[in-house]
Amino acid sequence: MLSFARTMYALYVDGFRSMVLGRQLWKIILIKLVILFGVIKIFFFPDFLATTYSSDHERANHVLSALTMEPTSPPHEHETDQ
Amino acid sequence: MLEQIDWSQVNWARAQFALTAMFHWIFVPLTLGLSFLLAFFESLYVKTGNESWKRITKFWMSLFAVNFTVGIATGLILEFEFGTNWANYSWMVGDIFGAPLAAEGIFAFFIEATFFAVMFFGWNRVSKGFHLFSTWMVAVGSNLSALWILVANGWMQYPVGMAFNPQTARFEMENFWEVLFSPTAIGKFTHATSSGFLLGGLFVVCVSSWFLLKKRHTDMAKKSMAVASVFGLLASIFVIFTGDEAAYTSARVQPMKLAAMEGLYKGETNAGLIMLGILDPSHMPGEDDDPFLFDIKLPGALTLLANRQLDTFVPGVDDLVYGNDAQGIMSTADKISQGRAAIKALTAFKQATNQDDAQAALNTFNRHKEFLGYGYLTSPEQAVPPVGLTFYSFHIMVMLGFLFPLIFLGVLFFLFKGTLENQTWFLRFAVLSLFLGYLAQETGWIVAEVGRQPWAIQGLLPVGVAISDLTTATVQLTFFMFLTLFTVLLIAGIRIMTRQIALGPEE
Repeated sequence: MLSFARTMYALYVDGFRSMVLGRQLWKIILIKLVILFGVIKIFFFPDFLATTYSSDHERANHVLSALTMEPTSPPHEHETDQ
Repeated sequence: MLEQIDWSQVNWARAQFALTAMFHWIFVPLTLGLSFLLAFFESLYVKTGNESWKRITKFWMSLFAVNFTVGIATGLILEFEFGTNWANYSWMVGDIFGAPLAAEGIFAFFIEATFFAVMFFGWNRVSKGFHLFSTWMVAVGSNLSALWILVANGWMQYPVGMAFNPQTARFEMENFWEVLFSPTAIGKFTHATSSGFLLGGLFVVCVSSWFLLKKRHTDMAKKSMAVASVFGLLASIFVIFTGDEAAYTSARVQPMKLAAMEGLYKGETNAGLIMLGILDPSHMPGEDDDPFLFDIKLPGALTLLANRQLDTFVPGVDDLVYGNDAQGIMSTADKISQGRAAIKALTAFKQATNQDDAQAALNTFNRHKEFLGYGYLTSPEQAVPPVGLTFYSFHIMVMLGFLFPLIFLGVLFFLFKGTLENQTWFLRFAVLSLFLGYLAQETGWIVAEVGRQPWAIQGLLPVGVAISDLTTATVQLTFFMFLTLFTVLLIAGIRIMTRQIALGPEE
């Protein structure tokens, strides 16, 4: 078991060390993840119901309110976009 | 409480979701197809011991890595958008989507993440057999990921195996297997994955054709093309059959989508299939004039496609909007009335102060709940999706779908004759065919998603009610932010990919 763990560890360490194209790809992945989770998710994409309401009961009420409102029309009656 | 639906916000949210989904789908199908091709190339290496197959595998693996890197996590953005822009929808479907997405996380992602490292780092470190097994597991894992997300999408098109709980305002899973094996879920999975296999084949043919035109790595190019063309040919034939099945399923569960796909306004017995047509952009539902400025039809073929038998009726847009008593088709106006009754009962249930009133309201709701979504429409015509966009997207996809097998057959024919390297015109076209492959992929999703408008969940929840209470400016800002991010990512991906192709395989 221990030797298997060592083998796997060495596989990853040597693999990362010997990467050529992979280094560039990992940079892209890391930059992308930082932008997505460190910036976009935190500052621009909060979970609307989770941040606006504190309990599931309130969230359910909000959605029920939306489901029981009077229907509204779009500014223009139906148009096909041909 | 939402007092007014901001329709411009709805449309910006839709546009943002479409942008993200279409960007995401640039990378997914190539992952699905190329992963299996890698497994085939490596299987040939293990079986024959021929080192050239190993070089071939490693070369295509490097391109697979670039595609995977640029595409990775773009699907997560869709989940961001669910929580932020589509809060009502997310809340309502949480119980349904939870199971498939959890399954994706546990099974598919685990398999991919585990065997990815072995596939890339394991050459000469693990046995040939185990490395090959890892490559196959990456292919299986990638396609398993697709299964779960397509099951979720299939449920939106045909919501089964659930019940609406008016207390929690959620659709709750009643039968997981009904959700998993619904005809739309199976149809989506088979059609989307096989189209991915087709694209993988086209990708290898495109890049290999470029090598042949440049007179570089010709042996590798021809070997790659031989395998990719057999795989691509089988996939492209399978795509035609799965596409036919998807259209048949649409006729059963989304007849309005099928009518829009074919530009069929007045339903017909033995309806013809439009081979080529130009819609009259001014034609509106309910009008008696010809909706086509020009069309070529294959008589009776649409009826065969939709019903699997001749002398049967295929409903058109007008039949579905205004009803057709002779064919037993309920009008959208009647569905709106039923939907309004469901909404009224839901309101009464919400306001009920005692058990008896609540139960009475619930009984009324259950009688009309099938048409709940229609209650939010203010005119029957709102149930019609954008016909032009759906029609043209469908026909572009279908025409390309019949072209792809010919490309693969052409490659195999010239390979067999030993003259492929001399067919300059064909090789140039083969290079361009990859872009046609992407066009078919994207138009396919336009058909699937635009064709089901105005519904977020077919018949139960229109997009206008599915959204969050946000300002239009907020959604616009993030739309342009993503547009910029995606453009930069795409340019980076293409540059790295083309540079890697130019380098070619290790000699």
